[in-house]
Amino acid sequence: MSDKKKKVKKKKMGKLQRNRVWMSWTFVLIPTLFIITFYFYPMIQAFWISLHTGTGVNLDFTGLDNYRRLFNDQAFITAVKNTFIFFIFQIPLMIILALFFSVLLNQKTLHFKGVFRTLVFLPAITSLVAYSLIFRYLFSNDGVVNQILMFFNFIDDPIFWLGDPFWAKVLIIIAITWRWTGYNMIFYLSALQNIDPGIYEAARIDGASAVQQFFKITIPMLRPVILFTSITSTIGTLQLFDEPMNLTGGGPGNATTTISQYIYNLSFEYTPNFGYASAVSYSIVVFVLILSAIQFRVGRERK
Amino acid sequence: MKNEKRTKRIATYVFLILVSLIFFFPFYFLIVSISNPSIDITRGKLLPGSHLIENFKTMIETTPISLSIWNSALVSVGQTIISIFVSSLAGYGFEVHPSRGKEVVYNIILLSMMIPFAALMVPLFRLFGTISGIAPALGIDTLFGVVLPYVSTAFLVFFFRQNTKMFPKELIEAGRIDGLSELGIFVKIFIPTMKTTYAAAGIVTFMNSWNNYLWPLIVLQSPENYTVPLVISAMGSGYTIDYGSVMIAIFITTIPTAIIFFVLQKYFVQGMVGSLK
Repeated sequence: MSDKKKKVKKKKMGKLQRNRVWMSWTFVLIPTLFIITFYFYPMIQAFWISLHTGTGVNLDFTGLDNYRRLFNDQAFITAVKNTFIFFIFQIPLMIILALFFSVLLNQKTLHFKGVFRTLVFLPAITSLVAYSLIFRYLFSNDGVVNQILMFFNFIDDPIFWLGDPFWAKVLIIIAITWRWTGYNMIFYLSALQNIDPGIYEAARIDGASAVQQFFKITIPMLRPVILFTSITSTIGTLQLFDEPMNLTGGGPGNATTTISQYIYNLSFEYTPNFGYASAVSYSIVVFVLILSAIQFRVGRERK
Repeated sequence: MKNEKRTKRIATYVFLILVSLIFFFPFYFLIVSISNPSIDITRGKLLPGSHLIENFKTMIETTPISLSIWNSALVSVGQTIISIFVSSLAGYGFEVHPSRGKEVVYNIILLSMMIPFAALMVPLFRLFGTISGIAPALGIDTLFGVVLPYVSTAFLVFFFRQNTKMFPKELIEAGRIDGLSELGIFVKIFIPTMKTTYAAAGIVTFMNSWNNYLWPLIVLQSPENYTVPLVISAMGSGYTIDYGSVMIAIFITTIPTAIIFFVLQKYFVQGMVGSLK
């Protein structure tokens, strides 16, 4: 009797097992379908459109003309330049600051650590549009920042933060750094907490200075996290949109226009040219892939 | 020696206080500005004024801010619930029932992380044009249209898969013995056990959705459908800007994210950092 029961159970399990496999595939295929529909399908479509020219629905096949046009398009070249200036200056500045703050705020004996951490992190809860507008008012010609700088005699005349091509770029860099330093610091802090304090003790006994400890222990231990944050920051910076749109309006002139903003303008502000806008879109994909690959290389090699 | 240590200590505190002041300063400016008239805000007045009620009135009367808060709430809550449900289902499926075929699918999902949204805006807009033709309620200028591209994201699938690794597999067996279906196990056992993971993912998703600007800007057209960032951006870019009402609008619409941050700080950090582990 017990044998019979076992057999029945086994048969049932077989059916159940199949049922489970079927269910688990359903579980994973629902999001896959969405991701294919809203990420991969549009990207493939974009490539097809990028081989066409014309406005709205009337598209003519032109092959790689749109891609050739990129190299002669002054507005595109300026947008790429601006985006890379933000990338080259802002990301290292932010990562160094974030690392520095995280090491300072990780000291066991420091008082009010929580308060300091919260204050540095707080910008990360603001919406990009909101903080961009606040910064626009703070940095206006007769705004607070100019007043403070003049009060302490750092400058004699107000800086035209929004009207000068150089200072407008500096302003964007200051703004992004304010918004994201605390955010990145949290990643470093959580990684620092996983480092065995014994390593530092051993180093101290060996007579390593704080600076040596930082470069010889902290940085190597944090390398994976630094790599992670620098790649996510790179992807973010290459797509920079909300800040130039709301803080500087891309100006003065084209001084702070980014690639994203240029795509937006090509598609929704000027006479829509989806074919060319798609070609510009692909340039971002290419930049992201190249820069991520380089960072991956650099981040891994020195192990 | 002791003295030197002490000066170092003091220097650290002075430095940290200075840094904190700089980082908090824009918030301070926001808080005092909500009670100042436009002219004082442009002059950079740093003390509170008596214009709070007037600013509030102007904001309510001249902008669709209350409607946009409602729209943003619908979009953010909807997006959070749908996307964490769908993505956790997948994370569970990948981790609990692994197979070679699923690994391939998983890698395809991860690959989508390399597609920057900026590159998607044009083709997505065109796709939604097509969707509008078939089902107008899901297409251009609808709140569903805002949510649809985010129903599942590679980041959330990845996040849930990573965290499912900590889920005790014995509980699944227990559920099976109790005769629960696979979906039953997921809903009745997995979700309650993984509460903190859900809280973390939910917070991050809600914040991103609440603050999202580019996609709503593209897909929404009529002001009555605008979400908060669109209204604030429009308020701040007109020819005659009432700075007082912009500031109070920013202040009010930052409160939800501030509350979430201060109340759920632990989950918040976990949601950010959790995917790294």
